[in-house]
Amino acid sequence: MSVWLNSLWKKLFGPPAGSAPADPAPAPPVEAGASPAILDLDIAPHDPLAAYFQSAPHPVEIDKLNFDSPALRQLKANGTRLVVPLVSQGELIGLINLGPRRSEQDYSADDRGLLSNLATQAAPAVRVAQLVRQQQLEAQERERMEQELRVARLIQQTLLPRELPQLAGWNLSAYYQPARAVGGDFYDFIRLEDGRLVLIIGDVTDKGVPAALVMATTRSILRSGAQRWASPGQVLQYANDMLVGDIPPKMFVTCLYALLDPASGNLVYANAGHDLPYRRHRDGVAEMRAIGMPLGLLPGMVYDEQTVQLEPGDSVLLYSDGLVEAHNPQREMFGFPRLQACLTQHPGGAGLVDYLLAERAGFVGPDWDQEDDTALVILQREAAADDGLRPLASFDWPSEPGNERLAMEKVAAVVRAAVDLPPARLERLKTAVAEATMNAMEHGHKYQPELTVHFEVRASATRLAVQITDHGGQPMPRAQTPDLDAKLAGQQSPRGWGLFLIEKMVDELNVTTDGQHHTVELVMHIPEAAHGHQDA
Amino acid sequence: MATKMLETALRRHGDVAILDLTGEIDGFADEVLNAAYAAAEQTAPRAILLNFKGVDYINSTGIALIVGLLAQARRAGRKLLTCHLGPHYTEIFQITRLADFMSLYPDEASALAQDS
Repeated sequence: MSVWLNSLWKKLFGPPAGSAPADPAPAPPVEAGASPAILDLDIAPHDPLAAYFQSAPHPVEIDKLNFDSPALRQLKANGTRLVVPLVSQGELIGLINLGPRRSEQDYSADDRGLLSNLATQAAPAVRVAQLVRQQQLEAQERERMEQELRVARLIQQTLLPRELPQLAGWNLSAYYQPARAVGGDFYDFIRLEDGRLVLIIGDVTDKGVPAALVMATTRSILRSGAQRWASPGQVLQYANDMLVGDIPPKMFVTCLYALLDPASGNLVYANAGHDLPYRRHRDGVAEMRAIGMPLGLLPGMVYDEQTVQLEPGDSVLLYSDGLVEAHNPQREMFGFPRLQACLTQHPGGAGLVDYLLAERAGFVGPDWDQEDDTALVILQREAAADDGLRPLASFDWPSEPGNERLAMEKVAAVVRAAVDLPPARLERLKTAVAEATMNAMEHGHKYQPELTVHFEVRASATRLAVQITDHGGQPMPRAQTPDLDAKLAGQQSPRGWGLFLIEKMVDELNVTTDGQHHTVELVMHIPEAAHGHQDA
Repeated sequence: MATKMLETALRRHGDVAILDLTGEIDGFADEVLNAAYAAAEQTAPRAILLNFKGVDYINSTGIALIVGLLAQARRAGRKLLTCHLGPHYTEIFQITRLADFMSLYPDEASALAQDS
C-alpha cells in the first residue's frame, strides 16, 4: 500500500485537486497481475466521478461503476480496483487508489473498514498540508510581486527630479503619487544653458518594472534631445524615432514637452498623445492643443508645435491620467469638464496641487483604491509685484535696425491708452524706450533678427514701468560719461549717448542681469491728478 | 523698414546756408546728413542753420551725427544754428550740452534775425 500513498503524497504537493491542469500523460498498459503504475489523475470539475466521490466518502469498487467519465476510464485502464475518496469539509481533496491485491483476492470487509478509517484520519491532515503548501506558494508570489514593485518604485523615484528649478518670477510645483501597481508616469525639468527651461510630463502604458524601464529610457532620450534641439516638435520626433525600434510590443509613451523662456513668458510646446495641458489666464481656462502621436507606436511621426505667451498671473497645469480617470463608487469618471471647472475656481499656483487632490478625494470618496499613478506639474508666472503694478502689455520685437522706433511707438500707444502721463514726460519715456531697445538689439542681440526683445509695460496709480529684456545676458559696457568738449576735440567718440540719455529721461532705472538675460526697467512716476498736466 | 529716410534741402539766406531736414535722424541718416552738410559747406557760408521743422525723431546715434557736424563747423570756424527743435529735443540738446555750442532758435525767422 505504501506505493499508492506515495502517489497520493506526490499529488498532494502538486496543485490542489480538481484545479490542476490536466496532465495528458497516457496511462501505461497494465499487465495482468502487475502493480499499476503511479497514476497522475486529474478529475475535471464537471466530471460526474468527482460528484460521486464527494457524495460517497467510503471505499468504492471501480469495476462496479459504469457511467461516462474520462477519469473513470483512466482509473480502469490503470488497473485500479478500489478508490477511497479523501473528503474534508465536504470537499474532495484526494484519492487513495488501490490496485489488485497480491493474493488476487477481493478486498475484504476488514480491509475496507481499515481503509475507511485511514481516509477519515488522513483527509484533515492532507487538507492542512495542502493549505500550508498553498499559502507558501502565495507568499512566494506576493514576495515576488512586492519585490518587483519595489524595483519599479525605486527606478521611478530615482529618476524623478529631486528638487524643483528655481526661476525668478515663476512658481513651479510638482506632485507624484504612485498607484499600488506603479505605472510609468514621469515628469522632468531640464535647465538649458541659455536660461530656458524644459518641462516634461509623460506616461508609459503598462505597469511595473517594464514600464519603469521604458520610462527611464524615454527620459534619457528626451534629456539628450533637449540639448540638441530648441524645437519641442523636433525633440519628440527624435524620441519617437529612437523608441519605435526598441520599445516592447503594445507599449507606448504619451508625452507633453514644453520649452519656457522665463524672461519673456513665451512657452513653446509639442504633444505626443498626452492629455492636453490647461492654461489659466485672467480671461478663463483653455486647453493647450497640439497634435501628435504617442512615442514608440509608428516610425517617422512629426509633431505639431504651438506657442503660448504666459502673462503675469497665468498658470499652466500638466497632468497625467491618474487625475482625470479616477472613478467614484458609481463608476463615474472625474473627467476633463470637472478638472476645467476646478481650474476656473482656483487662482492657480502651488496651492492648486492640494486643491485638485482635495477635489478628487471628495469625488472618489473615502474607500477609493488609487487606480493609476498621479503626476501633476504646475507652472505659474508670478502676478505683478507688490507695488500693485498691473500688466498693460507684453510683446516681443525682432532685432532689426530701426525697430526701436516701432517699439517706442507701441509702448507710447499702450501708455496713452491706459495712463495719465503728461505729454512731456511721455516724450522722455519714448526716448528712453528707444535707447534701451537699441542697446538690447545692438549689444544684446548683435542685430540678429530672430532674437526678439521682450517688452513688459505695467502701471499702478503712481508708477509706470517698462521692462526691456534681451537674451544677451551681458551687462551693457558702462560707457564713460559723455564729455562734449572731449568729443568735439576728437578725444572721445562722438557716440556713447544712449545710457546717458536713458538715465536723464526716467525717474528710476533698474538693470538686472542673470547670465542669460539682461533687463532694463524704466520707471516714470505718474504725477497726482491734482498737480495737473505740468511738465516735470 | 518703416523708418523714414532723412531728406534734406539746401537754401541760402544772405551768408547763412539753411539745411531743411525732413524725417528721422538716426543711424540711417548718416550719409544723407553728412553729404548735405558738405554741400552746405561748399557754399562757404558764415553760418549753417539746421532746420529741424520736419524732424520727428532723433536718437543717440543722431545726436552723435550732430556732434560730428558741430566738430566740423568748429574746425572751419563756422557757426552752427538750429531752429524748430521742439521742447523735447531742446531739452535733450540741453542735457547733452549741445546747446552750449550751438544756438537754438524756435523758428527760422528768429534765427536769421538774431544771428547777424
